[in-house]
Amino acid sequence: MEFFLQQLVNGITLGGVYALVALGYTMVYGIIQLINFAHGEIYAAGGYMGVILISWLFAQGFPPFVCLGAALVLAMGYCALLAMAVEKLAYQPLRQSSRLSVLLSALGMSIFLQNGLMLTQGVYDRAYPTEMVQGGFELGTVMISYMQCIIVGVTALLLVALNVLVYKTRIGKAMRATAQDKTMSALVGINSSRIISLTFAIGAGLAAAAGIMVGLYYGSVRYDMGFVPGIKAFSAAVLGGIGNITGAMLGGLLIGMIEVFAAGYISSEYKDVFAFIILIAVLYFMPTGIMGENVDDTRV
Amino acid sequence: MTIRVSKLWFGYALAMAWFYVLLWPLLGIKADGLEFGASFAIWSKVAVASAILLGLYQLKKVGAFGFVERPAKVVGKAAGAVAARVPTWVALALVAAVAVAFPFFTERYAHDVAISVLVYIILGLGLNVVVGLAGLLDLGYIAFFGVGAYTYALLSVHFGLSFWLCLPIAGGFAAIAGCIIGYPTLRMRGDYLAIVTLGFGEIVRIVINNWMSLTNGPNGILGIKAPGIYWWNGKGFEHMLLNSLEQLYYIILALAVFTIVAVYRLNHSRIGRAFEAVREDQTAAELMGVDTLRIKLLAYALGAVFGGLAGTFFAARMKFVSPESFTFIESAMVLSMVVLGGMGSIPGVILGAVTLIALPEVFRGFELYRMFVFGGVMAGMMIFRPKGLWPAKRMGARSEERE
Repeated sequence: MEFFLQQLVNGITLGGVYALVALGYTMVYGIIQLINFAHGEIYAAGGYMGVILISWLFAQGFPPFVCLGAALVLAMGYCALLAMAVEKLAYQPLRQSSRLSVLLSALGMSIFLQNGLMLTQGVYDRAYPTEMVQGGFELGTVMISYMQCIIVGVTALLLVALNVLVYKTRIGKAMRATAQDKTMSALVGINSSRIISLTFAIGAGLAAAAGIMVGLYYGSVRYDMGFVPGIKAFSAAVLGGIGNITGAMLGGLLIGMIEVFAAGYISSEYKDVFAFIILIAVLYFMPTGIMGENVDDTRV
Repeated sequence: MTIRVSKLWFGYALAMAWFYVLLWPLLGIKADGLEFGASFAIWSKVAVASAILLGLYQLKKVGAFGFVERPAKVVGKAAGAVAARVPTWVALALVAAVAVAFPFFTERYAHDVAISVLVYIILGLGLNVVVGLAGLLDLGYIAFFGVGAYTYALLSVHFGLSFWLCLPIAGGFAAIAGCIIGYPTLRMRGDYLAIVTLGFGEIVRIVINNWMSLTNGPNGILGIKAPGIYWWNGKGFEHMLLNSLEQLYYIILALAVFTIVAVYRLNHSRIGRAFEAVREDQTAAELMGVDTLRIKLLAYALGAVFGGLAGTFFAARMKFVSPESFTFIESAMVLSMVVLGGMGSIPGVILGAVTLIALPEVFRGFELYRMFVFGGVMAGMMIFRPKGLWPAKRMGARSEERE
């Protein structure tokens, strides 16, 4: 029981991170029907920006929470700019091409960014200054670190903010309209290319936050850290129903839980396999996901 | 006109400013202070290079290069006419002669590169069946290469089976693996297929990596035998192992020729037409009586067979296999060959394999930049030349072209 509760806490922490990444996939897919392979790399770039900024701010003598907060905001902004650049360069010229072309372009951008990170940051792990936030408290028999509290807190805050943005503001309304029907929304005066750009920026900001959380949680980042979490987060988006924001949050939490419990109770070597198996099973038996709408059978 | 031009340069300035904002934090923020030199050095090079390219592009648009372009066009046309008069078989015979004579006038190192190129040609052609012909994006193709390699490795080490016997067995296993992977994915929409095949590829690698009792995990399998043949030594036939690079070169050359012929024949067969029909319009193909599910499964299985064959040779050539050789990056590399050369085009895929394997060998000093450039080229190809370097010819004429 003790072990179960401990795993539950870890699962929520990890699941929140996956949910943040999954949102980027689901929003982009919802609006231009593209699996944005480069999204995992944006997340890795966020992790790197986090360590770069936190180390620098910390060296300037700022208190830990200021470092964390500033690094979070700046890294989110950086990744938003990066994702918008990727979208402008590699996806926008292909708006009229076949979906296979855009997919390959996304794959190319993913390899490009990953190796760009490697060339500028080196091939080795880069350690986070985790000594900033140490310790934790015990709730009954379960050990909860302060870091986990921060991660869950920031994640929850971002998720609420995103929900407000999408469902309560004019911009959110425009985003939803563009996702539903690009032509019609253009007819009523929505600049769809600007909305698409914005969607990429928001998704990237969330991914950057996730990258920093993971860096803080595991204590290090690596240039290829985005690949496997990227697939897992995409699985989460599919599990929740691609294109659906609430679904992506739910799917992310579920995938995080499943991974942690599978690693704890079944086998930690095969923990990555479970996410892939779930992805395949969901696509085969329940292709619309938990909360998805019916999607028509269109080819690449 | 002038407004357009200034708009273009305004966009250029904006893009360069944007680029610097993205580049500087990666290079310039250090724990001990901010620094601008390194990032500015890279940025200025990129800025100058892209300014020159943009300028050239504009001059070309205005027609400033007419004095070079017009004669070049004439010469190109004449060369094309001469080339068209040479029968195909002469050209093929020439290529074949060069390929056969290759080991006689080159060094060991060149043999090594040539063998890699030929292995990748087989892989590229195999993937081409799936992606180019049937239009199914497969991002886990290297898994079949791994299945082939491990099949031969295990059969050779534990049961001492010969290379030639294992070749069809490995092909068969790879085909079965292709069906297992293909079956659950075939009803999916195209882009889901991509991510699921990616997941499958990773599953195969993780299983190989962790199944210690069978595959020896990350340590890999050692002591795989080279291919052997019976050779006349004057008195009788003697079994001899083909260990030298030249001998291996001829084996892989034969396998590559077999693959090229097989894929060519497939291209022109009923099944090949069915593949293309499925690629172009699945619903229409089904209406014409193509059993789309079976055809797609067949595409997976056939593509996998070539992956398995290449894998068997790879194991025999390296005499060692480990899961490291079957990562996603390898799948991406094979895919970029197909994309670079031209999807569905046999000479295109060969050209792609030669370019992507042999060129980096020439520029050895830039080893680190290899995948970086690949990624950029892949995205760039999709934008500027989506049909590849050597595009596939369409079979037959479309009604609107016939007029």
